Amino acid sequence: MPSRDKIFSRIRHNLGRGPLKEEAANALKTRIEGHAPHTIPKRTDIPHKEQVDLFEAKATALAATVARLNALEDVPEALRDYLAAHNLSTKVKMAPDKIFDDLPFDKTPMLEITRGAAAPSDEVSLTPAFAGIAETGTLCMASGPDRPSTLNFLPENHVVVIRASEITGTLEDSWARLREKFGAGNLPRTVNFISGPSRTADIEQTLIMGAHGPRRLHILIVDDDG
Amino acid sequence: MQVTSRRFKEGAHDALHDKNIQQAFSKVKSGFPVARAKSASELPEFEELRDSARDLKNHILENLDYYLEYFEEQVQLQGGRVHWCSSYAEAREVVLHICREAKAKTVTKGKSMITEEMALNDYLSEHGIEPIETDLGEYIIQLAHEYPSHIIAPALHKTKDQVTELFHENHGKYGFNERLTDPQALVNEARSVLRDKYVAADVGITGANFLIAETGSTVIVTNEGNGDLTQSLPKTHIAVSSIEKVVPTLEDASLFLRLLARSATGQEMSVYTTFSTGPKRMEDIDGPANFHVVLVDSGRSDLLGSDKQDLLRCLKCGACMNHCPVYQAVGGHSYGWVYPGPIGAALNPHMVGLEEARHLPNASTFCGRCEEVCPVRIPLPKIMRHWREQAFETQVTPKPERWGIGIWAFFAKRPKLYRLMTRVSARALKLMAGKKGVIHKLPLMKGWSSVRDFPAPEGATFMEQWKKQQREGK
Repeated sequence: MPSRDKIFSRIRHNLGRGPLKEEAANALKTRIEGHAPHTIPKRTDIPHKEQVDLFEAKATALAATVARLNALEDVPEALRDYLAAHNLSTKVKMAPDKIFDDLPFDKTPMLEITRGAAAPSDEVSLTPAFAGIAETGTLCMASGPDRPSTLNFLPENHVVVIRASEITGTLEDSWARLREKFGAGNLPRTVNFISGPSRTADIEQTLIMGAHGPRRLHILIVDDDG
Repeated sequence: MQVTSRRFKEGAHDALHDKNIQQAFSKVKSGFPVARAKSASELPEFEELRDSARDLKNHILENLDYYLEYFEEQVQLQGGRVHWCSSYAEAREVVLHICREAKAKTVTKGKSMITEEMALNDYLSEHGIEPIETDLGEYIIQLAHEYPSHIIAPALHKTKDQVTELFHENHGKYGFNERLTDPQALVNEARSVLRDKYVAADVGITGANFLIAETGSTVIVTNEGNGDLTQSLPKTHIAVSSIEKVVPTLEDASLFLRLLARSATGQEMSVYTTFSTGPKRMEDIDGPANFHVVLVDSGRSDLLGSDKQDLLRCLKCGACMNHCPVYQAVGGHSYGWVYPGPIGAALNPHMVGLEEARHLPNASTFCGRCEEVCPVRIPLPKIMRHWREQAFETQVTPKPERWGIGIWAFFAKRPKLYRLMTRVSARALKLMAGKKGVIHKLPLMKGWSSVRDFPAPEGATFMEQWKKQQREGK
């Protein structure tokens, strides 16, 4: 008997039944398609402006750094200032996403911008977030041709742009937005939830930053809420 | 892997006399449990979420076949392949076959307990493929040719000095010749060494914390980011998972995510939680071209419908061992197989056989802390008790122990006789203790009294004192 059949027959035998009856199976299908949430923590049940503040506070507590910008066009200067303040490389690998197409990099001639997936030599990446989760200060990143997920992990310094309107309360809000964009039952190849920079405590339970992923995570929140 | 649970007593004895192990494991107390308590107290809904998580896992297990089929269908729709393996041997062969198809020379690995169970690394090495563990703790113990002593902190038993020596011995070939002692410098060196390995690897193997039926996704949860580099850089991604990890929807996974990191390390979320769905899409400029999910049963389905089914709810957070006084004293390796601590004491007898692992369910004070902190409320002490009963009934327990229990049972079933005996013994022990009230040496119980004094009874038994109090109270 092929292993698949063996496993299924053992499961059913030990549960004391055969394959589920049609009615029961339909109920489970309905359950999946309904994807009802469980209890949602009340901490995010606050006005959107406060959610953005909560996101910033939580992300900061996770050792990410946050800067608030008034407009998307402020990104190049904010990026330049951040890199200068930490004495980091001015070569930046930027996601090919069109949201960055019109950024005025002419104001920051010292920045060397290239676009594409991450190469091992890249030290700084600039990527757009798909959503922000106020509950825990977590970024949600959705991969795609213009948002390669290696940019989230390979460079030592990760700078993320998120619009305030993309910050919502909970994980469940991200699922709703992903379903809206990609269709129910579909996800892009990679969905990363990122809560602060990389870390490890594998040597004598001492917390060390920058294990394999980025050592630094800098989040630029663009206030687009008006 | 080699099972050494039979040697539990010797292993525990050695661990109790090993300064490094004592130092490493006594630190656990002030770390994980404190962090867990803090993050639990900051989430008012925590206890309610634990109830929901327990109920949801039970619902999944009752309908495991349905959700697994649904998951398989979704993986295939997304262009991935699912491989069903009823044994470790079969799973090893499947993984090797995929690696050979990919003409793999090296594979990088994210942290995965199921591949520890399968002893996959040894198997791949024997067949000419070099596996490289990328989680820092796993990497350290791979260099030391050891296995994890904690399910989320595998190198917990290693001191910094031992890591210094391991790196010094092994990193010379990469041009690192300095003996580093600073933890940050050690991490940096491992980071540089592994960076090239990620890029060179032909296949990346990860485990899975969850499988999502709704979308056919596999989910990993890490703090280092190693799992993500492992699964996004090589051309082929293999996710190996045991069958009970399936959950119906993304919302269901969210429920578990709110509990997992809090219970494990006290974080609200681990740094990286990644959902991988199928191979890279047509226009994607990175990501693996091939996506395989290897589903392993190997004993799981036999737990369904048994008095130990609750074990299948386990999220592998490690909270039970973090809070276990026995684990903190004897360390992880004493348990002699992949899972240490209370979950190991309850699960390993099923996985490796009761005869082999019979000491493990006895390695508990039944203080109940493990069940108190388990995010999915697995009744671990109850399951250990079932194993004790089963060991007695099936005569796995050695004869002297069985006789002892038999004599005790004879009296316990005859209350009058039992009370008489306890009255006699309580007085005899009091006499033995004399004025000091403690006994230094107990006949037949040297193991107990060689390291501590036995506080003697005061003369009257509990029942006698109770009766007296009741009389006087009225």
